[in-house]
Amino acid sequence: MKKKVLTVDDSRTIRNMLLVTLNNAGFETIQAEDGVEGLEVLENANPDVIVTDINMPRLDGFGFIEGVRRNEKYRAIPILVLTTESDAEKKNRARQAGATGWIVKPFDPTKLIDAIERVTA
Amino acid sequence: MDMNEIKEIFFQECEEQLAELESGLLKLNDGDRDPETVNAVFRAVHSIKGGAGAFGLDDLVSFAHVFETTLDCVRSNKLEPTQDVLKVMLKSADVLADLTNAARDGGSVDEARSRTLIRELEALAHGEAPAAAEAPAPKPAAAAPKAAAPAPVVEKPPVNDEGFQPIPFSFGDFDEEPADRYVPTCQVVFKPKKDLYAKGNEAVLLLRDVSRLGEMSVYCDMDSLPPLDKMNPEEAYFSWKISVTTDKGEDGVRSVFEFAEWDCDLDIHTIEEDVVGEASDDEELPMQPVPFDLSMLDEGGPSAGGEEEPTAVEGDAAAAVAAAETATKVSQAASRAAENAKAAASAAGAAQANQAAAAGQTIRVDLDRVDRLINLVGELVINQAMLSQSVVENDNNGASSINMGLEELQQLTREIQDSVMAIRAQPVKPVFQRMARTVREIADITGKSVRLITEGENTEVDKTVIDKLAEPLTHMIRNAVDHGLEMPEKREALGKNPEGTVRLTAKHRSGRIVIELADDGAGINREKVRQKAIDNDLIAADANLSDEEIDNLIFHAGFSTADKVSDLSGRGVGMDVVKRSIQALGGRISISSKPGQGSVFTMSLPLTLAVLDGMVVTVAGQTLVVPLTAIVETLQPEASAIHSFGASQRLISIRNSFCPLVDVGRILNFRTIQANPIEGVALLVESEGGGQRALMVDAIQGQRQVVIKSLEANYTHVPGIAAATILGDGRVALILDVDAVVAASRGQSLKQDISLAATG
Repeated sequence: MKKKVLTVDDSRTIRNMLLVTLNNAGFETIQAEDGVEGLEVLENANPDVIVTDINMPRLDGFGFIEGVRRNEKYRAIPILVLTTESDAEKKNRARQAGATGWIVKPFDPTKLIDAIERVTA
Repeated sequence: MDMNEIKEIFFQECEEQLAELESGLLKLNDGDRDPETVNAVFRAVHSIKGGAGAFGLDDLVSFAHVFETTLDCVRSNKLEPTQDVLKVMLKSADVLADLTNAARDGGSVDEARSRTLIRELEALAHGEAPAAAEAPAPKPAAAAPKAAAPAPVVEKPPVNDEGFQPIPFSFGDFDEEPADRYVPTCQVVFKPKKDLYAKGNEAVLLLRDVSRLGEMSVYCDMDSLPPLDKMNPEEAYFSWKISVTTDKGEDGVRSVFEFAEWDCDLDIHTIEEDVVGEASDDEELPMQPVPFDLSMLDEGGPSAGGEEEPTAVEGDAAAAVAAAETATKVSQAASRAAENAKAAASAAGAAQANQAAAAGQTIRVDLDRVDRLINLVGELVINQAMLSQSVVENDNNGASSINMGLEELQQLTREIQDSVMAIRAQPVKPVFQRMARTVREIADITGKSVRLITEGENTEVDKTVIDKLAEPLTHMIRNAVDHGLEMPEKREALGKNPEGTVRLTAKHRSGRIVIELADDGAGINREKVRQKAIDNDLIAADANLSDEEIDNLIFHAGFSTADKVSDLSGRGVGMDVVKRSIQALGGRISISSKPGQGSVFTMSLPLTLAVLDGMVVTVAGQTLVVPLTAIVETLQPEASAIHSFGASQRLISIRNSFCPLVDVGRILNFRTIQANPIEGVALLVESEGGGQRALMVDAIQGQRQVVIKSLEANYTHVPGIAAATILGDGRVALILDVDAVVAASRGQSLKQDISLAATG
């Protein structure tokens, strides 16, 4: 069975890159544009792993991660955060919110797939 | 979708983000302190940076980074967004736009300018916000001089007493033929905390990744595992002792635990090969060897499968699996199994949710497709008109059902046409936003203080009109600031607000869009204009001109009232060019000015360039269409009003003023002898420069909306003819280029090459 990835990012560019990269690597991909939509989509999507941006309108990545961790069904799902630089402060906040790991932008397909492989069986 | 397409999307998105950025900054400039506005501004720059990084657009990334850092200070209230701060930011937004354009279309940017801004932004981030220094120092911009990187500075070794100079060398230099490469073994003690699992990390996956580094053996310590009835499924009870022989070294092993480091006790150290065995014996903890079968993880994951050999260690397999599987994992797997049953239903649900989300969204369509649709609808309109006409001609009984059907068809066609035109219609906002930048730049160069107020930005007009509007508008804004507004000191002396105001408004009025550009400057200096016109032989020294006529002189070719050509207006573009480009769009421009109070330029433009309201006329047996916008009035000349003038010129007197009479038939070479004006109809048209001309045609057939068909695209440019159209009876009618005809009337003929072979 294909692994299913939920990506949450407000940038159309990054969404498309994620889609292409993940599909090429053989993942099934579901996408949301911000934290609020991410939580909505999550309910029925059943992903194996989540990749989320931090800076988003409506509900940012921290809020989204907290939302996922509060969800009985998904509280143990691996969540990877896309951060622009290896900003320790941001990484820490993401970890406190419950992120599993992070991917440092600029977007690199290999790094993305590696990180996903690392946190999924 | 490939990378190029994504790149295209990126640039589209950049444009949106830049617009968002600018409007956000302008809101802040107006005193808006909504955190969401600051966030939106920050996000815009952040998104551009993120995308640019993915495409390796380094210039863009480094500038965006500095900009973002400064915005972050605003966001975290370390920097007050004062007018001065926003001035720098607005300029930075302009540079960011330039960099984006340069990245897309090639070309260069004003590097000195962006360097200056980088410095200013950094100064804002550091200087005015001392608190920012405590935060993780902003990374030095990549744009900063490369020399800033810690270059390996080799201090010149001191020369010693004997006069010898020690020469440094590296042992590595000798190491040309390394012996058998020594592969170190790392010993890892790994004790996960409960949080590790809570955050979605998984001990078994970490072990799997370690096993990929090299040969591995694992021991699991299960001593802290309580009896089943005391066990908390959320707690972490196991710890592992791993030795792995890998050429990746300690760092390679540590990188596996990158995500988990915070939530476990981790000890990694390299041990000498010959003590590996001892080390495990010496361990004070009674470690139990546990076999570890990783193959269970490879359920056909995308790329995990089949690559590594399961690292099996002696012992009981079943126990190991149980040990490795944490409680969290088990519960997760269980819930997943349950969910699988619902998979189909939920997939359908997700699809529905997506659909719901799609409502109210927009789609992007190639302009070509829209244009094709518009063309087809144009054909449909013509076809419908032809059908109506032939039904009317053939059906004398007036069969009401056919007529009613036709009427409905006509109405539907018109609605379809309107809807299709609406697809091309876009708000003038982007153009207006660009003007904000123009104003800033000119204000900067001239040292004037200017406030641009825009109104009616959401007024919609055809995209072609918008595209062609930017240039004349830019020039007019330049003029308004450069020539219209006074210097702040002078304004103050006059009792005006030192900050000048330029107001740009758009509104719909009777099927056209009206754009007004008003400034509160000095107004037209009529004395100066008049003198200039006399100097340039545009008018006679004793000409008696009304104020309005004098104002309109600025639309004459080569007219410039500034005493000296300034940096801005020295671009060889005058108001005559502005007027011509507006007219080329089927529009008109006029000016009204009050000395000391400012000038107002009013432009009226058609909403679309695809259809045109025209007056259908006949000239020498040909059917022509005259754009209605050009016609001021129509009249039936009386013999007493016609006056001969010179050899062949005629004038017509209208309400006590004389106006040259132009025979369209002769200008277009339809006939050689001038028609008798009394038998025809005169169309009073306004021409370039404000003067009026009376165009003579034989008869007026009526007024109608026609679909414009380009002659250039299908045939070739014909002087005096703007385009063509197809009438209801299927005949082609040419659309008159009024300005060209009027211009030609001065020389009495169009260029000789026009013999009007193309009359359809």
